[in-house]
Amino acid sequence: MGKTAVPNRSATSPDSPDTGYRPSDHERERQRYRRSRKRRHTWVSTLCTLLGLAAVGAAAVASPGWERVDRLFFDGAELRSAFPDLLRGFWLNIQMFLVAEMLILVLGLLIALVRVTRAPGLQPLRLAATVYVDVFRGVPTLLLVFLVGFGLPALQLQGTPSEPWLLGVIALTLSYTAYVAEVFRAGLNSVHPAQRNAARALGLDERQTLRHVVLPQAVRNVLPPLLNDFIALQKDTALVAVLGPLEALRAAQIKADYDFNYTPYLGAALLFIAVTIPLTRFADRLQRRAARRTWAGADR
Amino acid sequence: MSRTRISLAASAAALVALAAAGCAPQPQNTPEAAGPEDASRCTTDSPSLHQSGRLTVATDSPAYEPWFDSNTPSNGKGFESAVAYAVAEKLGFERDQVKWVVEPFAHSYAPGPKAFDFDINQISITPQRAKAVDFSASYYTASQAILTLDGSPYAKATSLSAFKDARIGVQVATTSYQAVLDQLKPSKQPSVFSTTKDEVTALRNGQIDAIVTDLPTVFYLAGAELENGEIVGQFGYAGGTPEKFGLLLPKNSGYTSCVNEALGALKADGTLARLTAQWLSASANVPELKR
Repeated sequence: MGKTAVPNRSATSPDSPDTGYRPSDHERERQRYRRSRKRRHTWVSTLCTLLGLAAVGAAAVASPGWERVDRLFFDGAELRSAFPDLLRGFWLNIQMFLVAEMLILVLGLLIALVRVTRAPGLQPLRLAATVYVDVFRGVPTLLLVFLVGFGLPALQLQGTPSEPWLLGVIALTLSYTAYVAEVFRAGLNSVHPAQRNAARALGLDERQTLRHVVLPQAVRNVLPPLLNDFIALQKDTALVAVLGPLEALRAAQIKADYDFNYTPYLGAALLFIAVTIPLTRFADRLQRRAARRTWAGADR
Repeated sequence: MSRTRISLAASAAALVALAAAGCAPQPQNTPEAAGPEDASRCTTDSPSLHQSGRLTVATDSPAYEPWFDSNTPSNGKGFESAVAYAVAEKLGFERDQVKWVVEPFAHSYAPGPKAFDFDINQISITPQRAKAVDFSASYYTASQAILTLDGSPYAKATSLSAFKDARIGVQVATTSYQAVLDQLKPSKQPSVFSTTKDEVTALRNGQIDAIVTDLPTVFYLAGAELENGEIVGQFGYAGGTPEKFGLLLPKNSGYTSCVNEALGALKADGTLARLTAQWLSASANVPELKR
């Protein structure tokens, strides 16, 4: 094994062929140089980042209004007293997000599949899906929250939910399903027709082709925009505040407007960030792994 | 090596330039607070005014009855509009020298220069809030009241504890929220709405059982917005210290003492009592609720 691999690599090296690959002095020198350069880059970038932060911080602190801003936005006591309420509120945001998320994934995929079908008999369904996407993607989410939140119960139909958070989830689902359906459709269209033909040639039926060939590639291709929409959805759960439930934004608003101090808003913002940043990193990792699998090392 | 140094220097220079250009301190155009001995401080061209020669008064939009009339603060109708014009008159301003501006409540206590001389918007005076802004003396003392629909099981309630299992709606940034938590102690979390309009919709839809807000607003809602509203009763709040509305002024405004003098004069000559009776009457015979 070593015998076939080694000769062309170490053709100029003085090593005997039996001991396997050993980097030449030249190569070792090169590696040393790369290591030291990388170390220095790390140092320089860290130093620059710290200097930059210090400069921004110093500029903020040195500004004439800093004392006022510090008191109004960074009040530790205010944050501590608001935090339990913020956390309780944020838990509601998370619940709304998770429920809406599940519904949106299923419905979005269904609508996308309807839109990419070709069967002439499904034309009415395709038309309905198109109209749905056009309308609900075009209406601002806050308006939908108002319309569903106050309009649906006003119909006084049997079995209409009256819990505000549930109505909010319905509104968010209506809005975001439209976005996500378009993302899925883009993914489905991005899979080359040859893939489908190849799958059919291998003897897979229509359903198997979709399940094992088209969908996995489609989803993998649209993972980043999909996650974008979910982060946006997570933030937009705050819009449900207008219907009355005490989610994080409303909890912060109550405390802020009661004490005339903006610190609770900052606390709520931190909670949202604390969830979205790990989610983003996780998606980045998924994306990298998917890319590695698809390109199989061709990117190196 | 030289390249890193160059990029370091460049980024440092860029930062400095950015900080200098974008974040240069604003010129301070608000004059220093005039001392009380300064004779010119309460005239119509006082240096403490936002704009010399005119009184700039702020309130939120929409401006609700009975505090304002038809969302038009400048018509002098509604309690707070009338109070603002009365204060302006005492300060020596003509009616056409009063300029109304819209100031969202959440923005009224923001740091930085303000675009008004005072803000009148049913703002309750609290020591916490007084850290961020100036308050005038109080021009109205409000008690809380409970509104429900006349068919509701809560319509005949005679005590605050009867609302233990009710779904209560309050408006955000009002004292009512804390009053509900402390006095009604409901088992369900109150719903907090952005406007009283949303509260009324939720009450009509059956999404909440009762609205708690200040008494004059309850009167307005029962009279104008709901055809089958039922005012259950009123209760005092804030642990014995009643809820007092004050005019909001920028922190350390040199004009606060002037406004206070005007309000003092309005109280002394009975104008304030007359305006209260004219715009916020009919609140006398609402039963008092206890726990």
